Amino acid sequence: MDRTKHVGRVKEKMMVMEIRHMQKSFGNRKVIRDLSLNVEEGQVTAVIGPSGSGKSTLLRCAALLDPMDSGELLYLGQHAAVTNADGKVVYAHRKKMKEIRSSFGLVFQNFNLFPHYSVIRNIIDAPMTVQKKSREEAYWAGRKLLSRMGLSDREDSYPYQLSGGQQQRVSIARALALNPKILFFDEPTSALDPELTGEILEILRDLAAEHRTMVLVTHEIEFAGNVADQMVFMDDGAIVEQGSPNEILNHPKQERIKTFLNSLKRRRKGICY
Amino acid sequence: MEWTMILTKLGEGMLVSIEIFAWTLLLSLPLGLLVAFGRMSGNVFLRGFVKFYISVMRGTPLMLQLMVFYYGPFLLFHVSLPGGYRFIAVLIGFLFNYAAYFAEIDRSGMESIPKGQYEAAAILGYSKAQAFRKIILPQMVRRTLPAVTNEMITLVKDTSLAQVISVSEMFLAASAIAAKEASMLPLFAAGIFYYVFNYLVALSMEWAERKLSYYR
Repeated sequence: MDRTKHVGRVKEKMMVMEIRHMQKSFGNRKVIRDLSLNVEEGQVTAVIGPSGSGKSTLLRCAALLDPMDSGELLYLGQHAAVTNADGKVVYAHRKKMKEIRSSFGLVFQNFNLFPHYSVIRNIIDAPMTVQKKSREEAYWAGRKLLSRMGLSDREDSYPYQLSGGQQQRVSIARALALNPKILFFDEPTSALDPELTGEILEILRDLAAEHRTMVLVTHEIEFAGNVADQMVFMDDGAIVEQGSPNEILNHPKQERIKTFLNSLKRRRKGICY
Repeated sequence: MEWTMILTKLGEGMLVSIEIFAWTLLLSLPLGLLVAFGRMSGNVFLRGFVKFYISVMRGTPLMLQLMVFYYGPFLLFHVSLPGGYRFIAVLIGFLFNYAAYFAEIDRSGMESIPKGQYEAAAILGYSKAQAFRKIILPQMVRRTLPAVTNEMITLVKDTSLAQVISVSEMFLAASAIAAKEASMLPLFAAGIFYYVFNYLVALSMEWAERKLSYYR
């Protein structure tokens, strides 16, 4: 793994996100068990693991879409949630929460674009509504993002007129438009036809190359191995192993990871690429 | 009675019917939205109360409700209200009744919007109010339009119920003249009025639906 991109940075790296002892259950089912994870600035973290291992729930709790049951959550050193003495999770107050929310973005598996807004409006509405940017400023920034996504000619289209890959590119542009400090991707290629995943992975590769802080939940193991700085293998709601992609993919210590990687290889052969 | 006289009477009735229709629509759509919020509230008492209100409004005849709103203040509380109250009572009755129906339509509309839309808005930092106004409401309006059209058409015909408290809308005017003149013509005229009214309602709602179908 090429680590040269961190050479020259002497300063201690800032933690963009810290999760400490997170727990989450749905009814009696424990989905996240005492999970802790730090993400440094400029770092790409890939979260892999079998279906139902809690990867998406981890992301949804971190993105404040689902409340966690206990633990701590920090963005840029600020507490979004703490567990008090009674064991109850207390979230930050509204004003602080608004600030904390603005530090992260999330790209959904099934895009969740706003169907009644044109492509450009999908991208610029939040900067205008939430960040109170002027229409011109938001528009030009939006155009830039669109051209970066290779969608300059689709500005006035509506989401239903686009392919899945194009819709996902718009939703990435929508997330980038708010300039978040950390960007979460929840299986961004899982809802796409296989021939469309490439265009999304290419964009993710670009974002990783500019040292954007990202957490990527994915089934694209090989791709994750190529772009990630740290890799986390989750199973049954907990982190089984954490390390460089090389450590996890080529020299896993845990039997569970070997089994998982082998099953993936077998499946891939079965599908006959 | 002279023809001009008959036409004037029918015309006056027609205006009253249109007034009832317009006021009810104008006021009960926003009130219905508020009621829908109450119906979906996290507060158990508010939710229970609103649910009860809706079930009473939908479960009893509008004709009865109009009588309660008109005679109630005097018969229950011995408050006598000025003559103009007759029309106010009609509006109150229609407003509360139609708000209940619209609330249920709004609720079904809101619940039909995928959860991902709310989540995307939350992630992008929209406040709840902003998310509702900019993301949910426009999609909800489009989805509920056919159901609202149905209610509007029913409302046009329901305006004839105002006659139970002697508000002389179209139907009361027409039947009074029909009895006096021993003629079916005024009733035909009333029928044509309701039909044309509803035809226009359906036409404009079709237009609105077309306007809003620029996306899928």
